[in-house]
Amino acid sequence: MRGMRTPRMRLGASVVALSALMLSATACASDDGDTPAAGGDASAGASGQIKEGLSVAFLPKQVNNPYFTVSDNGGKAAVEEFKGEYKEVGPSEASASSQVSYINTLTQQGSDVIAISANDPNAICGAVNQARQGGAKVVTFDSDTNKDCRDLFINQVTAEGIAENQVKLISDQIGGEGKIAILSATANATNQNAWIELMKAELKKPEYSKIELVTTVYGNDEDQKSFQETQGLLSSYPDLKGIISPTTVGVAAAARYLSGSQYKGKVALTGLGTPNQMREFVKDGTVKNFALWSPADLGYLAAYAGAALASGMITGKEGEKFTAGKLGEYTIGADGVVVLGPPTVFDAANIDQFDF
Amino acid sequence: MVRKRLGSWDVLVIVVLAVVVVVSSAAVEGFASSRFWGFLLLDVIPIALIALPMTLVIITGEIDLSVASVLGLSSAVMGQLWTAGVPLPLILPLILVFGMVLGAVNGLFVTGFGLPSLAVTIGTLALYRGLAYVVLGDKAVADFPPTWTGNMIEALPGTTVPWMAATVAGLAIVFGIVLHATPVGRALYAMGNNEQAATFSGISVARTKFWLFVLTATVAALAGFFWTMRYASARADNGAGLELSVVAAVLLGGVSIFGGRGSLLGVIAGVLLLITLRNALQLADVPADTLTIVTGTLLIISVVGPNSAAMLRSRLRRRRPATTPAAGG
Repeated sequence: MRGMRTPRMRLGASVVALSALMLSATACASDDGDTPAAGGDASAGASGQIKEGLSVAFLPKQVNNPYFTVSDNGGKAAVEEFKGEYKEVGPSEASASSQVSYINTLTQQGSDVIAISANDPNAICGAVNQARQGGAKVVTFDSDTNKDCRDLFINQVTAEGIAENQVKLISDQIGGEGKIAILSATANATNQNAWIELMKAELKKPEYSKIELVTTVYGNDEDQKSFQETQGLLSSYPDLKGIISPTTVGVAAAARYLSGSQYKGKVALTGLGTPNQMREFVKDGTVKNFALWSPADLGYLAAYAGAALASGMITGKEGEKFTAGKLGEYTIGADGVVVLGPPTVFDAANIDQFDF
Repeated sequence: MVRKRLGSWDVLVIVVLAVVVVVSSAAVEGFASSRFWGFLLLDVIPIALIALPMTLVIITGEIDLSVASVLGLSSAVMGQLWTAGVPLPLILPLILVFGMVLGAVNGLFVTGFGLPSLAVTIGTLALYRGLAYVVLGDKAVADFPPTWTGNMIEALPGTTVPWMAATVAGLAIVFGIVLHATPVGRALYAMGNNEQAATFSGISVARTKFWLFVLTATVAALAGFFWTMRYASARADNGAGLELSVVAAVLLGGVSIFGGRGSLLGVIAGVLLLITLRNALQLADVPADTLTIVTGTLLIISVVGPNSAAMLRSRLRRRRPATTPAAGG
C-alpha cells in the first residue's frame, strides 16, 4: 500500500514543484525591476570627458592566465586613472562557451563597459548583444568576435606590423645577408600562416634581397618538438644565419637550444616572446632582441576605449578619435578596429622593465 | 518503505535549494530579477536534459560518462552537415539517429560483452571527443541562420522562461512518471538493487540496459543540437567536461552511485541547486576557482551524505529491531 502511494505522491510533489518554479519565473517576468542601467547610457551627449564611476569589467579568456593577468592589470590602471570601478571576472578554463554565463552576469549587474577577449568569435555573440541591449559598451581585445557583436576591437598588432618587425629584426642581426629559417607553431595555425606569408612578401623588398628564407619548420607549440626542430634546422643548414620564431613557445625553446650549443651568439634568433621567458637568453647573449606587444598596454587601451564609448565621446565609427591616457591619441579604423601599435622590441637595455 | 525513508535526502536537497534561493534573493543584488532566472534556465537546460536519462542509468547501477563527448561529436557532425548544405529540419532527426548509434556502441560493449560501463564510457568519452576533432578539427561552424539560433533561446510569450526549459520540464514529468509509476521504473530499481534477483523475476536486464544507453546518447545528441544552436557555434570542444556536472547533479539529487535508489524530483532539485548556487556566487563576484571548489565539495557531500545517513539509519535500526512502521508514514 505504502509502496504504491509514495512514488505517486512524490510525482505529484515534483509536478507541483516544477509548476511553482515556472510560475515564479513568469511572475518575475511581469515586474521590470531588473537591471538598472546604472547611468551608463551613452546618450548623455558628447562632452569630451570620461564620466566618473563607470563600472568596467574585464573578462579574459581564462583567469589565472599570466598573459591576461598582465593585460587586465593594464586595464585596472586605466580604470583607476579615470576613477571608474574595475573588476575582473572569468572562467577558469578557456572553453568556447564558458564565457557566456559571465557575460550574462555582467549584463544583470548593469556593467557600463565589458572588455572581453573572446574564446570563440561566435559563441558569445548572443550574450554580448544582450549585454549591449542592456546598456553596456563591449570592447574586445586580443581575440575578436564577429564585428557585428561588439562596439570596438582593440587589435594588439596588425599582421603586417608583425611581418615588418620580425624581418627587420632578423635582417639587422645578420647584417642583411644570409640564410634564414622560420620556426612556426602548427602547420595549420591561421595566425602563423598569415604572418609567414606576409614575411615572405616583406623579404621580396630590395633591402632584403640578400636574405634567403630556406625553410619553415613546425614545432607545434610544444617545447620538446620546437627544441628538436631547431636542432634539426642547424644540422640541415650548417650555414644558417638566423631563425625567426613568431611564437612564444618556439622562440623560448629555440633560445634554450642555441644557448647550450656551439651556435650560441653565431646564429641569430628573434621572434615573438615574453620577457620572462626570454630574459636569461637575452642576458647570456643568445638573443639580441625579440618583440611582442605589451599586454598591459592592450588592456589599458581597451579600458580607455570602452570608457570613451560609455561616456558618449565616441560611437565606434571609423575615423573617430579618442585619447587613451599615457598612450596618446588613437583613431578608429575600418570595422571598428583600433590597433595598439607596432610591437614592442625587447633587448638587454629594456627587458628588466617588463614582468610578464 | 526503504524508498520512503531514503526520500528524506531529496527533501533535504529541496530545502537547501529553497534556502539558497531565499538567502541569495536577500543578499545578492540582481538575483531576484526575471532576467537572472531566464539566464539560469538556459544554463540548466543541457544539464537537466542529460540528467534525466542519466538518472535511470545510475539507478540501474551503471554510469555513462561519454555524454559530453556525444554532445561534442553531435555538434561537430552537425557543423559538417550544415556546411554540406543539409537543412536544419533534416539535421535534427539525423543527429538523433546518430546519437542512437553512439549509444548503441556503449550499450553493446556493456551488455553484449559484459564490460563495466565505467570503463566502456571512459573509453568512448575519449573516443567520441577524438572523433569530434577528426570531423571538425579546431575550426568552428557558425553560420547557422539567426532564426534558428535565436528561436532556440526564445522565451515563452510573456515570460522569461525559455521554451526549451518548459520542454525539458515536460520531459522531466514523463521521465518521472516512467520511473516512479510504471513497471519499467520498478524494474530499473530492481536491477540496481539486485541484478540477479531482477533477472530471475523475469526482467530482461541486458536489453533494458542496452536501450538505456541508446536513450542517454540520443538525449545527449539532442542536447548537442540545443548547445550548438544556443551558442551559434558547432565545435568539437562543445560541452567538454559537462559529464561531471551531470553526474554531480544526479548524485547531489540523492541518486545512489551504487544503483537502486533515488528519485527524479531529487535530481531536478539537484540540477537546480548546482546551477543556482553557481550562478548566484558568480553574480556575487566570487572567483571561478572558488566556484570549482564549491562544486567539488558539493559532489563529495552528495556522495558521502546519503551513504553515511543510510549507514547511520541501518545502525539505529539494528539497535531497535522491533521498530514498527510509523503510523502516518
